Amino acid sequence: MITYTFLQQYWWFLIALLGGLLVFLLFVQGGNALIFLAGKNESERELIINSTGRKWELTFTTLVTFGGAFFASFPLFYSTSFGGAYWVWILILITFVFQAVSYEFQGKAGNLLGKNTFRIFLTLNGCLAPLLIGTAVGTFFTGSQFAVDKAAVGNIAAPVISRWATQWHGLEAVANPFNVGFGLMVMCLAVSLGALYLINNIKNEKLATQLRRSLLISFLCFLLLLVYVVITLLTMDGFAVDVNGEVFMEEYKYLHNFLQMPAVLAMFLVGAVLLVWGVVATLLKQRFSRGIWLAAPGTVLAVMALFMIAGYNNTAYYPSTYDLQSSLTLANSCSSEFTLSTMAVVSLIIPFVVGYIAYFWRQMDKKSLTTEELNSSDKY
Amino acid sequence: MVDPALVDWSRLQFAMTAAYHWLFVPLTLGLAVIMATMETIYVVKRDEFWKKTAKFWMKLFGINFAVGIATGIILEFEFGTNFSNYSWFVGDIFGAPLAIEGILAFFMEATFFAVMFFGWEKVSKRTHLVATWLTGIGAAISAIWILVANSWMQHPVGMEFNPDTVRHEMVDFWALVLNPVAISKFFHSVFSGWMTGSIFVIGISSWYLLKKREVRFALASVRVAAIVGILGTFAVMFSGDSSAIHVAQYQPMKLAAAEGLENGGQRAPFSVVPGVEIPGMLSILATHDIDGYVPGINNMLDGYTTPQGEKMPSAEEKIERGRRAIEAFGEYRKLSGSDPVAAAQARKVLDENIDYFGYGYIDSPQELVPPVGLVYWAFRVMVGLGGALLLLMGVVLWAEYKKRLSAMKWLQWAALLSIPLVYLAGQAGWIVAEVGRQPWVIEGLLPVKAAVSSVSVAAVQTTFFIFVVIFTLFLVIELRILTNAIKKGPEIENK
Repeated sequence: MITYTFLQQYWWFLIALLGGLLVFLLFVQGGNALIFLAGKNESERELIINSTGRKWELTFTTLVTFGGAFFASFPLFYSTSFGGAYWVWILILITFVFQAVSYEFQGKAGNLLGKNTFRIFLTLNGCLAPLLIGTAVGTFFTGSQFAVDKAAVGNIAAPVISRWATQWHGLEAVANPFNVGFGLMVMCLAVSLGALYLINNIKNEKLATQLRRSLLISFLCFLLLLVYVVITLLTMDGFAVDVNGEVFMEEYKYLHNFLQMPAVLAMFLVGAVLLVWGVVATLLKQRFSRGIWLAAPGTVLAVMALFMIAGYNNTAYYPSTYDLQSSLTLANSCSSEFTLSTMAVVSLIIPFVVGYIAYFWRQMDKKSLTTEELNSSDKY
Repeated sequence: MVDPALVDWSRLQFAMTAAYHWLFVPLTLGLAVIMATMETIYVVKRDEFWKKTAKFWMKLFGINFAVGIATGIILEFEFGTNFSNYSWFVGDIFGAPLAIEGILAFFMEATFFAVMFFGWEKVSKRTHLVATWLTGIGAAISAIWILVANSWMQHPVGMEFNPDTVRHEMVDFWALVLNPVAISKFFHSVFSGWMTGSIFVIGISSWYLLKKREVRFALASVRVAAIVGILGTFAVMFSGDSSAIHVAQYQPMKLAAAEGLENGGQRAPFSVVPGVEIPGMLSILATHDIDGYVPGINNMLDGYTTPQGEKMPSAEEKIERGRRAIEAFGEYRKLSGSDPVAAAQARKVLDENIDYFGYGYIDSPQELVPPVGLVYWAFRVMVGLGGALLLLMGVVLWAEYKKRLSAMKWLQWAALLSIPLVYLAGQAGWIVAEVGRQPWVIEGLLPVKAAVSSVSVAAVQTTFFIFVVIFTLFLVIELRILTNAIKKGPEIENK
């Protein structure tokens, strides 16, 4: 029997899945963060840009679809967070806007700002987008300062449903070390994934050595941050919801969520193991270049698990520290049953979409990218 | 009170983003068909010339496509960042087409765009051709869903207001998808993109003819583009005709503004330009009947009775009923926990007046009139240029078939100079559709001023200028790169 509650959970599952895929696809950003660090000369930089450049639209599209799916399934989040944490989202968008044009513009004659400027834009997006997205997602656990009053629609002079309680409009998130730690963790993860992807996608011994060095450093940073984030997460108070929909603070809420949902805990652990395996195998074995294909499912699983402990098991996934009862839960922020079930039917097409993307991905990447290929065919 | 400056700046930011987006999207829609047709000819005829021709236009397509994506992502998120009330009030309906657009269209475009550009040596000829078509079809599918969403704002259908959740909720998905406004809007917008693509290709090809360069390439491109463009223009005309009927039916104030019609009636005249009228023509266009009744602005503000005896309320009455709806909503919210009988009574009043809910936020009847001058002239620019461009494409195609085009310098110049005009026509069309529906973000249900986010005016001003600078910079760079690529040319004849 498909109930309204089931549909809410199903849609949170899809949001988690899109979130997981998005973080995996941030390898494009992570790879671009290495354009100047790992790419020591023009041909190496060109290889990196053309390698991520054949995938960037998938990351971009996943971000847009993540937004669209959130809008369709949990519109109160769309309304409250985007309108409230205004500056954070605007900054994220600006970095992506620069990225969108930089691939096409960087290598073309007449681009006004010069090749390197656009490459710097790509690098900036590569660092800032994962950092900012991660910081924003950190607030799913630490909360933000907002109030929601749906009845305000009845106030003719000031019909404002969601109100942010600080003038910083989202920038205040950086005052919380957990959020920043979360953001930095996502950034280091993106760089590690970027290095893994490039090692797999490009055939160039010298570049691969440099990428392995970047991988080592970024992954060590990632591990340190991961330990900090996980310990903080498991020991912090969380935003729980009782049977009447009242939100209250619960000690060790996220630890409880892991323990009360062993499947989610298992997902997280399997994800972490796959990720570490992918990286360590790549670092230890010079000839092993398929680490990305272990790290990718690992990342998706681990990120999904984090979304699940944020939203499942009677948890407020977008909490308000300003007015606890304004916190967003799956039940109070979701679309109507009709919309969720209609969109659930639409969601059945997702496996088909993933299928054709995977098929063409394989077709396009059968042979690793080389400088010879770039010199003899179309490139950015 | 919601600051009027906040409303204006939020609108301006959205309008600016949409206007920029609509500079890049039509070319994507049109050029996709033209270059896919060229590649089809290549696959059928196995003539490398057509491959090179298609590849040249693809190169320009790619440069333009990137900026379209950059502006598009901002548009999607601006619903949340700047129209936060809107996002909750109708998110239950509006979010769905946006999500479907992502799942169905954007992934298709993203996947096949990469195959189209980098897959020449990696997939078979036929697969590549399919990828090229799918990139264009993806763009068209994306247009379907965003226009389903937009049309719902112009003519909301398939939903019910739920005072418990304080929002409109979808009750009929197919009503939304098959909204007649959406269907005509889709054809009108997508085929206007074909016109843009066509004029772009004809104009640039004419430049090569003027320079006596790449003549075979230029003439071949003109042939394909002119056929696509002429087909597109006829489809634009037919869908424009049904759009007019829909506007007359569902958004009569927009029609009156577009015509500058203060006092309407039967046998309403069509104003060609101020002082020049065709008697009865507006009635024919709007109702397909010379005796059809078309209300003017004053009729709608004062209330009127149709020839069929239907009494239409005045603006004052609508505002009054809107206020009653909003008050009843407040009562319902207050009483629904404590006094079910009184709450049911309030709910009844709300339901009776729900169609006028949005009018409750309106302060004076004059607010209901969109900027007449702007919409009136935008309409004339759109239709006038549309007709002129059709004529141009017809003459170009005729000249090409008579093998005279290469000698007709004046026609080549006219074609080249018409490139900015087709963009002007597209922008004018956007103004008619979107400025013409002010003050509504959702016709009759929610005015713009009740839809905006609670952010400071300074914040919106700041982001507005940031985006203006970024988009303008991108436009300038794109034009430079395009010009450079065009000057370099397809280099078919040198090889």
